[in-house]
Amino acid sequence: MCGIVGLFLKDASLEPKLGAMLTDMLITMTDRGPDSAGIAIYTRPEKGKAKLTVQSANAAEDFKTLAADLGKAIGATINLVSKDTHAVLTLPTDRLDAARAAIREVRPTARVMSAGEEIEIYKEVGLPKDVARRFDVAHMSGTHGIGHTRMATESAVTTMGAHPFSTGSDQCLVHNGSLSNHNSVRRTLKDAGMTFETENDTEVAAAFISHKLQEGSKLGEAMEATLTDLDGFFTFVVGTKNGFGVVRDPIACKPAVMAETDQYVAFGSEYRAMVNLPGIDTARVWEPEPATVYFWER
Amino acid sequence: MQTFDLEAQGLRALNSTLHALKGQTNETAWEIINPKGSHAIAVGLDAPVDVTVRGSTGYYCAGMNKQATVRVKGSAGPGVAENMMSGTVIIDGDASQYAGATGRGGLLVIKGNASSRCGISMKGIDIVVHGNIGHMSAFMAQSGSMVVLGDAGEALGDSLYEAKLFVRGSVKSLGADCIEKEMRPEHLELLADLLKRGEADGKAKPEEFKRYGSARKLYTFNIDNASSY
Repeated sequence: MCGIVGLFLKDASLEPKLGAMLTDMLITMTDRGPDSAGIAIYTRPEKGKAKLTVQSANAAEDFKTLAADLGKAIGATINLVSKDTHAVLTLPTDRLDAARAAIREVRPTARVMSAGEEIEIYKEVGLPKDVARRFDVAHMSGTHGIGHTRMATESAVTTMGAHPFSTGSDQCLVHNGSLSNHNSVRRTLKDAGMTFETENDTEVAAAFISHKLQEGSKLGEAMEATLTDLDGFFTFVVGTKNGFGVVRDPIACKPAVMAETDQYVAFGSEYRAMVNLPGIDTARVWEPEPATVYFWER
Repeated sequence: MQTFDLEAQGLRALNSTLHALKGQTNETAWEIINPKGSHAIAVGLDAPVDVTVRGSTGYYCAGMNKQATVRVKGSAGPGVAENMMSGTVIIDGDASQYAGATGRGGLLVIKGNASSRCGISMKGIDIVVHGNIGHMSAFMAQSGSMVVLGDAGEALGDSLYEAKLFVRGSVKSLGADCIEKEMRPEHLELLADLLKRGEADGKAKPEEFKRYGSARKLYTFNIDNASSY
C-alpha cells in the first residue's frame, strides 16, 4: 500500500497553514502506511542562502558542534536548527555542494535528507502522527509540500528507506507501488554518475528523474520518461523548487485523487485525506488518468 | 427518515444498524451524513430500504448489496457495489476503479465517469454509466449488461464471456475476443429499459449505441489461441 499526500498552494495566505494541512492529511493516511512517514516542505527562500537537512541516530552528539566543524571545513558561517533527529543547516548557496560533500568527512554518521534553497525533508520510522509531532510539522509554513506514509515492500523499514527521496537539489519524489526493474536502472544510473544511499526501488525512480533533469529535460519530460523506462506499479508525486507533478503507470491500480480550487492543488491516495481542506466541497475533484503527466509550476 | 452521523457514531455502528434491518421494517429511509470518504459504508445490506449517503465515499461502498437502494450524493472510491447481488446503487458523481466488480445482480448507476476496470468479471449485474469508462472495463465479464453513454477506454471487454456491452461514444480499443455486434430489436428493447431504470432515458436513445460482445473464440480452450490467453 502506502499513502501519499501533497499540496501546492496558489494562495499565499494559506502558506502559514501548509504544515498543519499536510499533517492532517498525512495522519489520515496512517492506515495505508503505518511503518514510517516523511514530509518534504518547500519554504520561501532566503536570499543567497541554501539549506542542508541532515539526520542522525545520535543527534545530540553529532549536531553539538556540527555547524562550527562543517563551517570550518567549507569556509563559511553555518546556522544550525535542530529538530529531534534532524537538523537544518543554513549556509551560503554557493557553498551548498561543498557542504554536501564535506559532511561525509566531518560527520560520517549523519545522513543528508535534502539539499536546496527551499526544500526540507523530515522522515522517520514510526506512526505518521508521531513523526509529524517529533518534527512539529504542523507549525511549518511553506509554498508546497509532499508527505508519505509507508507500508514497506521492496526494502527494510529504516529511516533511509522512508520517503520522500531526494536525489537532486530541491527535488524529491514519493511513491506508492513497487518497481520490478530497479536493479538494472540503478546500474545504468550509477554508470552515468548518480549515487545511491539505499537498496530501495523508489530511490531509483527519484534518481532517474534527477538524472533526466540534469541532462536538460523539463520536469514534464522527465516524468513522461518514467512511463517507458520504469517497469512496475507506481503513482509518483514529484516536488521541485517551483512545482509539483503527478504520474501514474498505465495500469493505474495504485489509487490517486486530486482536487483543485483557486487556493490550491491537492493530491491524496484517497479522497478522505482531503476532506478537511478549505473549500473541498466545491473543489474540482478528479482521478488522474493513467500514463498521463500532470504538473503545476509557478 | 432515520439520520445516521457517521463521524459521530462510527462505521461499525452504522453497518450493524443497517444489518439489523431484516425483512419488512418500518425504518425504510435512511440518510448517512459526514461520510468524509470513509471505507465500507453501507456494506452487506439485506433489506428493501433506501439509504442516501450525503457526500463522497471511500473504498467498497455498498458492497455485497441485496435488495437495498443506496444513493451516494457525491463520488465513490474504488470497488463501489462490488459483488452486488440485487437492489440498486446510484452514484451521483464519479466512481473510481472496479465499480460493480463481480456483481451478480441488481443495478449500478454512475452519473459521472467510471475509471478503470468498471464491471470487471461482472456476473449478472447491470451497469449504466452516464459518462465515460476507463481501460480494461468489463474484463472477463460473464453476464449482465453494461451501458455507457460516453466513451470507453482501452481494451474494452477483454476475454469477454456473455455480458452485453453498449457504448454510445468512441471505444479506444477492444480487448482480445471482443467484437462489435449487430443491434437487434431485442437489444434496443433491453437498452430502452436499462436507460430508463438508469435515470438516463432523457439523455440518450437506444439507436445511438453500438453493441459489443464476445467473438467466443477464446473462452473454450483452443491450442491455436495459446498466445492470446
